[in-house]
Amino acid sequence: MSETNANILDERVKKESALARMLKRPELGALGGFILVFLFFLLTADSSMFTLAGTLNWLQPAAQIGILAIGASLLMIGGEFDLSLGSMVAFAGLVFALLVVNTGLPLIIAIPLTLLVAGAIGMINGQIVIRTGLPSFIVTLAFLYALRGLSLVLVKWITGGTTQMRGVREAVEGDFLAPIFSGDVFGGLFLWLAERGWIATFANGTPKATGIPVEIIWFVVITLLATYVLVRTPFGNWIFAAGGDANAAANSGVPVKLVKTVLFIITAICAAFVAITTVMDAGTADSSRGLLKEFEAIIAAVIGGCLLTGGYGSAVGAFIGSLIFGMVLIGLTYTGFDQDWYKVFVGGILLVAVLFNNYVRKRATGER
Amino acid sequence: MTQPIVHMENIEKHFGNIIALAGVSFDIFPGECHCLLGDNGAGKSTFIKTMSGVHKPTKGTINFEQKQMNFNSPRDAMEAGIATVFQDLAMIPLMSVTRNFFMGREPTKGVGPFKRFDVEMANEATMESMREMGINLRGPDQAVGTLSGGERQTVAIARAVYFGAKVLILDEPTSALGVRQTSNVLATIDRVRKQGVGVVFITHNVRHAMAVGDRFTVLNRGRTLGTAARGDITPEELQDMMAGGQEMASLEGSLGGTV
Repeated sequence: MSETNANILDERVKKESALARMLKRPELGALGGFILVFLFFLLTADSSMFTLAGTLNWLQPAAQIGILAIGASLLMIGGEFDLSLGSMVAFAGLVFALLVVNTGLPLIIAIPLTLLVAGAIGMINGQIVIRTGLPSFIVTLAFLYALRGLSLVLVKWITGGTTQMRGVREAVEGDFLAPIFSGDVFGGLFLWLAERGWIATFANGTPKATGIPVEIIWFVVITLLATYVLVRTPFGNWIFAAGGDANAAANSGVPVKLVKTVLFIITAICAAFVAITTVMDAGTADSSRGLLKEFEAIIAAVIGGCLLTGGYGSAVGAFIGSLIFGMVLIGLTYTGFDQDWYKVFVGGILLVAVLFNNYVRKRATGER
Repeated sequence: MTQPIVHMENIEKHFGNIIALAGVSFDIFPGECHCLLGDNGAGKSTFIKTMSGVHKPTKGTINFEQKQMNFNSPRDAMEAGIATVFQDLAMIPLMSVTRNFFMGREPTKGVGPFKRFDVEMANEATMESMREMGINLRGPDQAVGTLSGGERQTVAIARAVYFGAKVLILDEPTSALGVRQTSNVLATIDRVRKQGVGVVFITHNVRHAMAVGDRFTVLNRGRTLGTAARGDITPEELQDMMAGGQEMASLEGSLGGTV
């Protein structure tokens, strides 16, 4: 039984060390995992993996998973899942390609329209979950299949049989918004650094890293934004409350249904965002794109400390979880190991992360 | 003489052909603790839900500060100053005390897109409110899950008081607590009462009621069996009224006065 005597409580104040405080951070597990994985590759991988060019090389896929993972983590903290994320990447990519190639719309219209379509589907997902009270797992599983199938049917119907839509690069070339969503940024800076010999260059003097892939910038910005919303806005408090106990939250005046719907929309928009950047980078929309990404995003969120039961987690954690993903995915090619160890790795990390999270949560809430 | 904050006259509530409340009268003055006693099924829950705006009475009137009121939702009642702490406490164990304290009513600072949750102010207000209730938190970021049942009850009460409750309805706050925590909650009730809040304390434990109650109303089968002031009634009489008299009297002998 706990004591309410002031003296005894004062003693407990002293007892809580910095370590104990740190242990309560949801990100801690992810950070530990990150250091372990980092050390592993430092020891086993070719040294070029952690050069500037090498790092950017594994940061790019990390950013793609990461943008999805941030959306997924917000939704998970809010107590729901979205398994249709991966299919949404394919579907939204297709919508985007259709808009820019077939209708020839400029990016300034095509991008908001694509996000709008994705957001609308996210809203439908959310409304079905809220109105029926069915688990979001089942509802979005239905959308996982439906959207993937729809993408395949649509793309084959438009292209007359292939599963890819080409011509995006040509269509968006020269559009003033294109550099914000595809390619590298800070190219000039990198060139300048290379001229002074501060970063590695090829023999002809061009830098090995030509710039920072723009997704990485977006990834950082979205992480910061999500973190701000979570810890410093009333809406963030509502997300935790809705996921922690929807009933208690609603009784306290939190608009739980609105919060959950908005989270479904945000998640879908994150997926559409990834779709737009990948379609522009690849120049094509592919109906198989985003396969299994829903699970990778959820895994990154869980590694980052999100609880499957909701109400707990962090965007920074999901950020670190995504970095682990990128590092393992690309890092294995720098080692002598078979690339397919990747999935074994991810499975192992996930299991350890869940066990660790469970322990941390019990400590944080004083469950015994 | 002061006026009651809430005065309920002849309240009836029917659910279809079930008569849950068959004419209940009840009032609460500022700074008093009015205990509402009754056994399971006596209509206590229906009654407090009527008072807190969840149910609309089928018959009867509710006066709030001498004006007739028609609460359409718990929100209305809350805004008027009637706060209810239900048994589930509306607390989220994984969230910090501060986040729970201000859940749904977060203070903000800044304007437009820079409007943000004023965490510093919320933390201070929480620590201060809890100190007033005699609980020293380890920190405002301490998770509610690490608090004891009694402390959680106190957080819920402190929250209601902080947000300007004039009447505080406590739905069996001591029913799941141990001895020491019960005494903490009773002490909290006493503190709140001294701040001028009217406390409606629902319980079926006569001893808890006698410890803090100023007046006692017993509910049985949807009716009030009368209201008695402190000192006008013995615990045994209360017990008898709650149980409906007879059966209890016959049991009394064999149990030797243990209940």
